[in-house]
Amino acid sequence: MASSLVPSTSFFHTKKDLSLSAFSSPSSQRCHKHASKRITCSVAAPQQTQRQPSSTGSVKTAMTMTEKIMAKASEKGHVTPGDNIWVDVDVLMTHDVCGPGSIGIFKKEFGQDAKVWDREKVVIIPDHYIFTSDERANRNVDILRDFCHEQDIKYFYDIKDLSNFKVNPDYKGVCHIALAQEGHCRPGEVLLGTDSHTCTAGAFGQFATGIGNTDAGFVLGAGKLLLKVPPTLRFVMDGEMPNYLLAKDLILQIIGEISVAGATYKSMEFVGSTVESLNMEERMTLCNMVVEAGGKNGVIPPDSITYKYLEGKTSVPYEPVYSDQQARFLSEYRFDVSKLEPLVAKPHSPDNRALARECKDVKINRVYIGSCTGGKTEDFMAAAKVFLASGKKVKVPTFLVPATQKVWMDVYSLPVPGSGGKTCSQIFEEAGCDTPASPSCGACLGGPKDTYARMNEPQVCVSTTNRNFPGRMGHREGEIYLASPYTAAASALTGYVTDPREFLQ
Amino acid sequence: MAFSSSITTIPQTLNFTSSNKLSLSSSTTSFHLSFPSFQSNSFKTITTTSPHITRAHAPPSPVTTTAASSFHGLCYVVGDNIDTDQIIPAEHLTLVPSNPDEYQKLGSFALIGLPDSYSVRFVESGETKTKYSIIIGGANFGCGSSREHAPVALGASGAAAVVAESYARIFFRNSVATGEVYPLESETRLCEECRTGDVVTVELEENRLINHTTGKEYQLKPIGDAGPVIEAGGIFAYARKTGMIPTR
Repeated sequence: MASSLVPSTSFFHTKKDLSLSAFSSPSSQRCHKHASKRITCSVAAPQQTQRQPSSTGSVKTAMTMTEKIMAKASEKGHVTPGDNIWVDVDVLMTHDVCGPGSIGIFKKEFGQDAKVWDREKVVIIPDHYIFTSDERANRNVDILRDFCHEQDIKYFYDIKDLSNFKVNPDYKGVCHIALAQEGHCRPGEVLLGTDSHTCTAGAFGQFATGIGNTDAGFVLGAGKLLLKVPPTLRFVMDGEMPNYLLAKDLILQIIGEISVAGATYKSMEFVGSTVESLNMEERMTLCNMVVEAGGKNGVIPPDSITYKYLEGKTSVPYEPVYSDQQARFLSEYRFDVSKLEPLVAKPHSPDNRALARECKDVKINRVYIGSCTGGKTEDFMAAAKVFLASGKKVKVPTFLVPATQKVWMDVYSLPVPGSGGKTCSQIFEEAGCDTPASPSCGACLGGPKDTYARMNEPQVCVSTTNRNFPGRMGHREGEIYLASPYTAAASALTGYVTDPREFLQ
Repeated sequence: MAFSSSITTIPQTLNFTSSNKLSLSSSTTSFHLSFPSFQSNSFKTITTTSPHITRAHAPPSPVTTTAASSFHGLCYVVGDNIDTDQIIPAEHLTLVPSNPDEYQKLGSFALIGLPDSYSVRFVESGETKTKYSIIIGGANFGCGSSREHAPVALGASGAAAVVAESYARIFFRNSVATGEVYPLESETRLCEECRTGDVVTVELEENRLINHTTGKEYQLKPIGDAGPVIEAGGIFAYARKTGMIPTR
């Protein structure tokens, strides 16, 4: 069935060197990007830390990380891109938007009395439409709750009192960030979720991808799913990251390079010294938006930063895997990050890349900082850094929606470096931002009409979120500029799309 | 604009009556169907006079299946990168597709997120069904979220097929998994060849789209083994029909 659902991929091996000219003017690079392609017979593996043979596995045929995870999960010694295999699922995640439909399919197909395949492997996270008076949205959370009680689901992050999220200790917020914070993202495992940004967890060296309700209904009953092994595109990012860049700029650069369909059906592996220097939240930003390039999943090799993050979060043993030196990549892209400039994606597509400074005449009406992409602790710290450096007040309404309860706590408690002990919340207040809102997906995807910060007018917004297709944040004539938290904060301070170097240097 | 299916018979031929689920009139049309390589045991009814047949919820019935069909009707033309927010805006995602009433409502909102530049709407205001049975799109149709509400909304609106240059992965898979719409790929950029309101026929077996308004014919890429899965009504129905999972 699904085995044949996917068009066959033609395999070729290319190596692209995009290190220099690609950065001087990314927007003009789009039209002749193929000019810099160099076709070679094989692709050399990038420099990486020496690994023990046990961790790369003694395989006869080399595999990429993604191939290895899928091989392990299907109990096969070896898999090849294009293989259709039954993969055992380690974690299935669903939320209030797709959970009720997935449960409906599970019950219809497996029976009203059916039990999920493993009550400890299903993670249910209400996060999309929480703080709304929309009755159907509220009902959907009730459906999740009833199901979790009936099935004795171990990980259900419930919210009952919508008037004050803080009195709901179980409530987390945005599923992809909650999955990481609660220890459900583990190297070498398979995570499927009914949300396209499930790919975020690839930051942990996990195979993670989004699926629909019907597939999720199947997994609920069977614990496995037929998946096609994707070929891997490798992105090698080297060079010191300038202090005005964030991972958001890197992924916007990549999407601008390969387009919103450039990685369709493919895995995206991120390596190189720059990636190794990123903290976990920044790595999550990188993997989060692979779906905006059409990618099936994104992966980053786990390392000491990964293990440090996982300490105390999970007691489940995990086994990291790494791409073999001789693994075959469909193509390889190299970036010299030190030459990159702050970027935005202009309306109405995440690959509509431009330099932030090229858009300095674009007047904006609002700024939004939030979501699984740009609503993590580090994202708010970054925004606070810009406000602190400027000492000025924002010129447009600036909405802040922490992704999870943990992020909200951090915003209110962690001192911002160089601020003399001020928290993000204090800095935001001094800058005249809106008070940080209750954690949820918020207005990233518009949502019910009464969603906080939803774009109900055809306005122009600079946002740290992930998509800017028409209507994404509410109004279908609204214009969204996707940007890093640095660029978003800088833009809030001027009322125009603004390169953060105006404040950070 | 009637749904029709006429193929050569291999194991057996049946006559039955059907109407296009998209048909504005309730006219019925009689046609032959057959299935070249299948053991016949169960079949999703493409029943008769109701224009409200929902692919996903049609009960199985003991007839042979059809491997190929043709769809005939008006086409609705969109451009590149039609994302899931344009197909079904997030504010409508509170509707649960597995609930039959809400399934119908999803159909009434199909493609409502298209910008105002689309002066002709896919589903007229106040209507629950579309008069366009075939959607013609550009590259990367269905990109964006994994919401299964997207192919469901199109199927529930009465659309039978999307013909696009290419698809985003999850939309393609969800279309097949649910059996809601045929996600067909064109060899050429049909969104620049056809106009909304053109009368077209899609012939699955021949991998062909005929634009009767312009008199031109175009080649489509074969849907392959996904065809029978969609025809059956999705992966569960197909798996039961072929004995992969027990019939309930």
